[in-house]
Amino acid sequence: MKYTFKIKGLDCANCATQLENAIQKIEGIDNASINFMMEKMIIECQEENKQEIMEKLKKTIKKEEPDVKIEEI
Amino acid sequence: MKKRTIKILIALVIYIIAFLLPFQNIWNALIICPILYLCSYCIVGIEIVWKAMRNLLRGKLFDENFLMTIATLGAFAIGEFPEAVAVMLFYQVGELFQSYAVDKSRKSISSLMDIRPDFANVKRDNKITKVNPEEVKLGEIIIVKPGEKIPLDGIIVEGHSLLDTSSLTGESLPREVHLEDEVLSGCINQNGLLSIKVTKEFGESTVSKILNLVENASSKKSKSENFISKFAKYYTPTVVIIALLLAIIPPLFLGFYTFTDWLYRALSFLVVSCPCALVISIPLSFFGGIGGASRIGILVKGSNYLEALAHTEIIVFDKTGTLTEGTFEVQKIEAIDISQDELLKLTAHAESFSNHPISISLKKAYDKEINSDLISETKELSGLGIESVIEGKNILVGNEKLMEENHISYTKCNEIGTILYVAIEKTYAGFIVIADKIKKDAKQTITTLKSNHIKQTIMLTGDKKVVGENVASKLGIDTVYSELLPSGKAEKLEEIMKNSSPNGNVAFVGDGINDAPVLALADIGIAMGGLGADSAIEAADIVIMTDEPSKINHAIQLSKKTMRIVKENIIFAIFIKIAVLLLSAIGLSTMWEAVFADVGVSVIAILNALRVLKNKEP
Repeated sequence: MKYTFKIKGLDCANCATQLENAIQKIEGIDNASINFMMEKMIIECQEENKQEIMEKLKKTIKKEEPDVKIEEI
Repeated sequence: MKKRTIKILIALVIYIIAFLLPFQNIWNALIICPILYLCSYCIVGIEIVWKAMRNLLRGKLFDENFLMTIATLGAFAIGEFPEAVAVMLFYQVGELFQSYAVDKSRKSISSLMDIRPDFANVKRDNKITKVNPEEVKLGEIIIVKPGEKIPLDGIIVEGHSLLDTSSLTGESLPREVHLEDEVLSGCINQNGLLSIKVTKEFGESTVSKILNLVENASSKKSKSENFISKFAKYYTPTVVIIALLLAIIPPLFLGFYTFTDWLYRALSFLVVSCPCALVISIPLSFFGGIGGASRIGILVKGSNYLEALAHTEIIVFDKTGTLTEGTFEVQKIEAIDISQDELLKLTAHAESFSNHPISISLKKAYDKEINSDLISETKELSGLGIESVIEGKNILVGNEKLMEENHISYTKCNEIGTILYVAIEKTYAGFIVIADKIKKDAKQTITTLKSNHIKQTIMLTGDKKVVGENVASKLGIDTVYSELLPSGKAEKLEEIMKNSSPNGNVAFVGDGINDAPVLALADIGIAMGGLGADSAIEAADIVIMTDEPSKINHAIQLSKKTMRIVKENIIFAIFIKIAVLLLSAIGLSTMWEAVFADVGVSVIAILNALRVLKNKEP
């Protein structure tokens, strides 16, 4: 399943790329892409693992970019 | 943003005061100035220092904030007070410009995405309610008032109007729609009140599909983007390590007293070490290119396809429906002893009972009401044609065999297409040629492709050899392969691709309905007439919403423009950065240039990338 998020608080495109790389490494996430210009993040993962993956996702974001807020749309 | 501007202004004022204070006064030089500089620095830079500390704790050494902090604090340490503050100040000014530019481009992008409908007026229990388009179910009736966007795909059940389809097709001429016509979401209703029965849910409607495609296009990365991400990955660490070496090694050999000088040079390195200019401007250029294309009715499914299109050398066309209309039309009328109009009138009446495409094209060419009182008898002669009595005269319309069987002497016609021979009272009266019509802009397209550096144009067709060659020579197409079965098209394309040069791409242009395998096989599959055709959107890499082949030229020009801007940005940014690095290493450049090489270059690159977005008609 694909999930789309609004992603706010990214400073620069380079930070977005780094965050994207970090998120891609999360176990259970098949693909992640952050569009800095659109302020959008798309995550692909199995539907049944979503809860668990969301936890990991939030943790990773907090570690990498504490100012970043996400919201599913 | 306002808060940041005010902060920067206050800091700037304090900075200028400190700068202007008479330096000879020892009191000023030793105490007041440093305090003022420090105040200015704190106002403008404390946020950066704070972020840097936080990132350091998380082990992020190559973070931009951290590098800036080290550079400025280092400058303070070696007594370069004005410079330390200035670097931070200009870094912030640059960041401000950068976020302004990003904000601006976000706005122009969202104006591109402006086709999303906000609401739907749905008719439920005889009342009209305004709801979110996503809540409308299949089969419900929606009302679209003049000036409103059509929120969902459907069929008109009441009313007629003019539709502005420009946001989907780039076509500025409004389209007339009537009862039972299919309408697509995203079009704007111009004058009439329409009741529409919804045939697709919002997620499946044309507007959602287009938006999805454009928004997700940037996830398919081009080679240039991949190059930049790789470059960025190694660039920052490399520059930081060189900076470190620069601060340590030369002083060891040249004497410790040179340390501050080398440290200053090393600090300049740190300022230049962020690759942001590239990381932001390259994807932005592609995004702009894809967005600009969608505005003129060309959907590009990924940055990689836009890049590939710019490197296309050979374009292979399907004939029917791509270069030709795919519908029959009267091409030529040759009448003997009677007027052309009279011949057409008799033929159209004789054929008026049939629904065959040929009869339809005759009726269309005649363009007047068929008066059935004139027809007293009509008989279809299978495999031959039609025998009819019109205005009391015996009319024969059909092929050569019909003429021969009735022993009518006729002149054999060598025109391409379907030829109808006509005899009045068993005397030969002339012929009418009916053929598929070449699209209006097809010839112009092929000519322009040549000037767009397309080396070869090829046409594939299942049609007869004479027909294929005739169309090809009329259009100026280099090579034509005729009488191909659908599987033969794929084989032929494979052969063409094998023989093409390794760096040149082969694009295939088809109508997207029958050509899916060939579209998938080509380096770039371009489907035409994609408006509303799901299969075309699925199979192709680039979808042209209208059925004009000339859009291919627009797409190629846009892709070339995008690639030129991408190259400009890559070369410009890397060149400036390396030049400033070299100059700082030998001590010819100061931190001022370094700040320019960082944020200045970013801003310029973003502004350059925005040029693609401004492109309305390429």
